Amino acid sequence: MPASAPAPPSTDNSRWQIVDRAMQRHDYRPDALIETLHAVQDAFGYLDVATLTTIAAKLRTPPAKVFGVATFYNHFHLEPKGDHTLAVCTGTACHLKGNDRMLAWLRDRYHLAPGETAPDNRLSLVEVRCVGACALAPVIVTDSILIGRKSFAEATAIIGEWLGDAT
Amino acid sequence: MQPEDLNRLAAEHRQYLAGFAHHILVCAGLGCPDNDAIVAALRRTVAERQLATRVLVRKGGCMGLCALGPIVLILPGEITYQTVTPADAGDIVASLGKAPVQRLLLPPDLPFFTRQHKNVLTLSGRIDPESIDDYLAAGGYEALRTALTTMRPADVIRQIQESGLRGRGGAGYPTGLKWATVAKATGDKKYLICNGDEGDPGAFMDRSILESTPHAVLEGMIIAAYAVGARLGYIYVRAEYPLAVQRLKLAIRQAERKNLLGHAIIGSNVDLDLQIRLGAGAFVCGEETALIESVEGKRGLPRPRPPYPAEKGLWGCPTLINNVETYANVPPIIARGPEWFAALGTDRSKGTKVFALTGKIRHTGLIEVPMGTSLREIVFDIGGGIPDGHAFKAIQTGGPSGGCIPAAHLDTPVSYESLNELGSIMGSGGMIVIDETTSMIDIVKYFMEFCMEESCGKCIPCRAGTAQILGLLTKFQQRQATAADLAGLETLCDLVKHTSLCGLGQSAPNPVLSTLRYFRQEYLDRIVPPTPTGEAQP
Repeated sequence: MPASAPAPPSTDNSRWQIVDRAMQRHDYRPDALIETLHAVQDAFGYLDVATLTTIAAKLRTPPAKVFGVATFYNHFHLEPKGDHTLAVCTGTACHLKGNDRMLAWLRDRYHLAPGETAPDNRLSLVEVRCVGACALAPVIVTDSILIGRKSFAEATAIIGEWLGDAT
Repeated sequence: MQPEDLNRLAAEHRQYLAGFAHHILVCAGLGCPDNDAIVAALRRTVAERQLATRVLVRKGGCMGLCALGPIVLILPGEITYQTVTPADAGDIVASLGKAPVQRLLLPPDLPFFTRQHKNVLTLSGRIDPESIDDYLAAGGYEALRTALTTMRPADVIRQIQESGLRGRGGAGYPTGLKWATVAKATGDKKYLICNGDEGDPGAFMDRSILESTPHAVLEGMIIAAYAVGARLGYIYVRAEYPLAVQRLKLAIRQAERKNLLGHAIIGSNVDLDLQIRLGAGAFVCGEETALIESVEGKRGLPRPRPPYPAEKGLWGCPTLINNVETYANVPPIIARGPEWFAALGTDRSKGTKVFALTGKIRHTGLIEVPMGTSLREIVFDIGGGIPDGHAFKAIQTGGPSGGCIPAAHLDTPVSYESLNELGSIMGSGGMIVIDETTSMIDIVKYFMEFCMEESCGKCIPCRAGTAQILGLLTKFQQRQATAADLAGLETLCDLVKHTSLCGLGQSAPNPVLSTLRYFRQEYLDRIVPPTPTGEAQP
């Protein structure tokens, strides 16, 4: 874990309130697990082991099941994300229009593979399987801003500028 | 709230809208970025020029032609502008009632618009997706009122059956038959599910429908709940679609406030609660039984069928599960009658179908055509053909589970049956155009990698088979394959297709099988010639 990573989130009370509210809304029923995990990820940014264990107890669900669900779905991640997240769409249309080249560039330029976070915690790279904006392919998402229909040169320039290291 | 109150609200809002001489609708879908800024600039301009009582600027839903977005529509006059920026606001407002702004104008006779036949997308782009009043004023919820006040549940089901509507999620199961099964099933509790887990890369029909006319989906669901006797429903939407989720949440709140959801819906004895469940990035959850597992808070592992969800679905209770577009087709069928719907389309595939047109095609975007429209018309007339002077090579329908159809079959009329005969599937409606610059082996390998990664791992044929097929495809890609590999590939595809538990595995070999059928030479070209000893050596 990077040095600048936040303290284990399990102790943060205000964030726990968000999660508790989600569980409460579903009367702490075990089937609220996925909804709860969404709330945890929204509140804490990721799912850590201690939090998952607590969730298991609160929803009266075996921890194995909680971990099973958390690891089954691509949307959930068990490691903290960096300050910024760059999502590269690898849906079919984006693939046809060259996003594999974008991934190769990111590997060379930032030494990141999909799913990885830079050691300085500045940037996380994720791969998404289609955001449904195929008409704008190739698509990348910088934090929550969708950027589409840009040439490779334009897109890489945008990323550089966004990260404040335009060179 | 009573049915007549709905009429009154609709009439009031219609009157309000009629008070404006000009309407400006800005596409506010995901496919038209910066639409907020365009709306703001137009509103500012209208206010500055003191036209606020004469000109109404609204967000609209998707107008389909994403390739030339952001799109702005001016009513009356049907003037459509392309690639609008906030800086164009002044010119657009100044042109109202005069000649259109030529530099932004889309030709009104563009085949992209004139060749389509809109049904599900009729209101898309013409109403504010975030306004229930807009939907009401456009005749929304009238089908629900008709159903609740003049029809018995059995009448509703009969109309859906007579319309010939088939599931728009891909399998094409007759919708009315499904409804009848759930209605007949015994049990105190029945559930309703809307499948909005549009996981096929290259497909965005459901996203667009949810973003543009969320109330149409709700209306279809409420009618369905009445028909089958369900009191609780879930809408399962991908977490990757935040705007669709946001608009759906808002629509549910609005419908609840107007008593279109909740207890004793508009004075009837029908109760229905709808809840949203967010997907979490698992393609297999588009399969109905895996989706049900996910709604129950579990890993999305498909269940063996039978029993089908209509008999034993969510929590073991009879469950009606339909796709977003299927529900959106219901209100027009009830409002206009099943004969109207059945008159559209082909003998066995009725009505219209929404397709997402992407890849190497000029007019990427969302279209709706009657079933039976030819692929050629879709690609070359509506889609505008292939850009950059390249030649058409194939059209891939049905997502990673579909097949690649070559130029020789471009005149095929699109229907569930015709696409199956060609070794592809209708799927949910993604159409990806591939040009001559793409190797079929590369694209097929891409799909197989997707299916392998998305295989849930429950059954061996899919879990191990997709990995082995990918291994063989890699050998072809690297030109290290042997004749035995080709035979092995065919055997393996046949095995995975026929022995997998669910649709994911059963259809995963489709891209390979269809390219082996139509582009076999590309495989043969990559086979290493045998060595003098007679054995092929990679």
